Amino acid sequence: MEKTASRSAGKSRVKNGNLSPRRRIYEIVMRALLYISSGLTVALLLFIIGTILVDGVPGLSWQFLTTQESVINDTNGILPAIQNTLYVIVVTLIIVLPLGVGAAIYLTEYAGNRRLVAAIEYATETLAGIPSILYALVGMLVFCQMMGLGKTLLAGSLTLVIMTLPTIIRTTQESLKTVPQSYREGALGLGAGRWHMIRTIVLPSSIDGIVTGCILAIGRIVGESAVLMFTAGMSMTMQDFFSSGGLIDSSGATLTVALYVYAKERADFKLAMSVAVVLLCITLCINLAAKLVGKRLKKK
Amino acid sequence: MSNTIIQAKNLNLYYGENHALKNICLDLPEREITALIGPSGCGKSTFLRTINRMNDLIAGVRIEGQLLYRGEDVYAPGQSVTDLRRRVGMVFQKANPFPMSIYDNIAYGPRTHGIRSRAKLDEIVESSLRGAALWDEVYDRLKKSALGLSGGQQQRLCIARALAVKPDVLLMDEATSALDPISTSKIEELAVDLKKDYTIIMVTHNMQQAARVSDKTAFFLLGEMIEFGDTETLFSRPSDKRTEDYITGRFG
Amino acid sequence: MPRSRFDHQLETLNTELITMGALVETTIASAAKALMEGDRTQAKRIAQNDSQIDGMEKSIESLCLKLLLQQQPVARDLRLISAALKMITDMERIGDQATDISELTLLLGDIKTPTVMDSIGDMARATIRMVSAGIDAFVKKDLDLARKVIDMDDEVDDLFVRVKEELIELIRQNGPFCEQAIDLIMVAKYFERIGDHSVNIAEWVVFSITGEHRSSGEETV
Repeated sequence: MEKTASRSAGKSRVKNGNLSPRRRIYEIVMRALLYISSGLTVALLLFIIGTILVDGVPGLSWQFLTTQESVINDTNGILPAIQNTLYVIVVTLIIVLPLGVGAAIYLTEYAGNRRLVAAIEYATETLAGIPSILYALVGMLVFCQMMGLGKTLLAGSLTLVIMTLPTIIRTTQESLKTVPQSYREGALGLGAGRWHMIRTIVLPSSIDGIVTGCILAIGRIVGESAVLMFTAGMSMTMQDFFSSGGLIDSSGATLTVALYVYAKERADFKLAMSVAVVLLCITLCINLAAKLVGKRLKKK
Repeated sequence: MSNTIIQAKNLNLYYGENHALKNICLDLPEREITALIGPSGCGKSTFLRTINRMNDLIAGVRIEGQLLYRGEDVYAPGQSVTDLRRRVGMVFQKANPFPMSIYDNIAYGPRTHGIRSRAKLDEIVESSLRGAALWDEVYDRLKKSALGLSGGQQQRLCIARALAVKPDVLLMDEATSALDPISTSKIEELAVDLKKDYTIIMVTHNMQQAARVSDKTAFFLLGEMIEFGDTETLFSRPSDKRTEDYITGRFG
Repeated sequence: MPRSRFDHQLETLNTELITMGALVETTIASAAKALMEGDRTQAKRIAQNDSQIDGMEKSIESLCLKLLLQQQPVARDLRLISAALKMITDMERIGDQATDISELTLLLGDIKTPTVMDSIGDMARATIRMVSAGIDAFVKKDLDLARKVIDMDDEVDDLFVRVKEELIELIRQNGPFCEQAIDLIMVAKYFERIGDHSVNIAEWVVFSITGEHRSSGEETV
């Protein structure tokens, strides 16, 4: 068997590279499988987007985007949900970024105790894998009840902070680790202090990873429904964030929660699809914005 | 006879259990080039890095004995590491320009040490680049990324960056080992030029380089300093058999 | 063992040097013998030896240059190679002088001044001893022997003075040997020069062993 294989390999070398027929068939099959799997992925994505667009776009209107729903006029509007979503994203990021990036910097740049660092890293990894419903429960108990925030967007954001913290820490850490040690040595060798070195050399070089972390976090925030239903409420009316205490007391549904409400409680799938279109657009915009900001920061 | 600028007195260094430098006694002269040679793992780089305390970055390092820079023990409590590193600059084996513009690379050190004036920075950048014989090659693209330079240019940029903080001593850790012969000879020429104003201590694996460039040579073996003397003497008639065996390539 | 190829090349260099030394030794010995015995056929053969010596000088020289280029020798290797480069020049000069002596032998014809010839014979023996000892010192890397060679030069110098005085006496007598006396003083001078070259060789032997060369220190005294 081996003999024939090697002989045919010798023959085929003239015609077909260095491959024996068996190897050639193997190559073709593998390549086909790879094409199929990537093709399937793209097809699935296109199918989902297509369905959403086809079902959702007709329901979009200026009024839909800029008003709240009105029973009297019998109109639908998702402005409150858009507002709530943006609020949750912004507040969560404002809190989670310094916390997560700071923790990551401490773990990679300062912490001397290797075992402690390993333990913390293991803990964050585990945290990242916990189902969000558990965060929802804990968030409800701690923020809504123990801390007395009630069902508010703030409580929801805080819960989301805990939920996205591991992601931010892990991605930041990974990108800090990719900053070459030689940069650090170079800066320290010039007499820079450690924090100065981190601020001027390490962080700018790892902006990419931090932005990736943000995008992942935004993805989780936008996609989250369970946590917010438990902690932030499901009201679909306009919030006045600028009234006294508005930032703290407001409570309501984000787009995802609204989508859930439309689809599950009112069985209005057309409307749900329209919400989905908005959700898609917002995610896309925020991701692009994050990338742009990252590039800007990197240039500086 | 020139003055001693760096003096090791019974210097011992341990990496945990590993005794990496054994009782080093060495007086390094000012404004001369001293080459540290020896086989890999002999402690020459470790010794170099004790001079500007870069070994502090490694966990588990313990140092005994004294290392004096201009008569002051750099490991004495209360000594400022950042100040020491400003005065004892370092150029690394692999050129490590920061991912920023040529200008910002050079200005990094001065800015770190509080110089903000644009005019002053401009002046430092130009004089440092001239000092490292790089100005003529880059003056028209100071705002371009330093990563676009060739390997040899990057290394000279790193030398310029080190010069920008006006150091006293320049440590070169195999600074040419990753470069082609032409870039290497440029840096060697530069080192010889620089010794008018700076004390240079270089670790090198290239014996010919040590012979060409340095005034003094110290031979390290297994953490010990075996022989130290005029480069010419050490390379024509070393007094220790181990030195002879190493430099003639008949080691072990 | 690292650098075994280099070691092999150095071994070749050493052997070549010894061969050349031996050739120089026999050449000067037979030149002296031809002179003393008035053997014209032997005297004629010296010229062939000399061209052989010249050839060896060239080949050793190029070997040394090749080693310098390829191996960038340091320490004892550098000393051996640079000593070799200098020694071969001296050896080659000795060969030339042996040829000069044998040419004069052909001119001299029958020699009838026994006292002077005795002294020249003494000189010849002394210089040959120096040449042999110098080469021996190199072969055995014998520092003491090399230093002895350097001291032996005084003896040759003394003998030269003696020969000179005897020849002056001969010329004063205004006898039939005047013409020969001029040739003989040249012969004696050649032997004296050979002695000097032997001293040079010995000094390079000392250098290759210790790394110190007299010309850098004592000569100024």
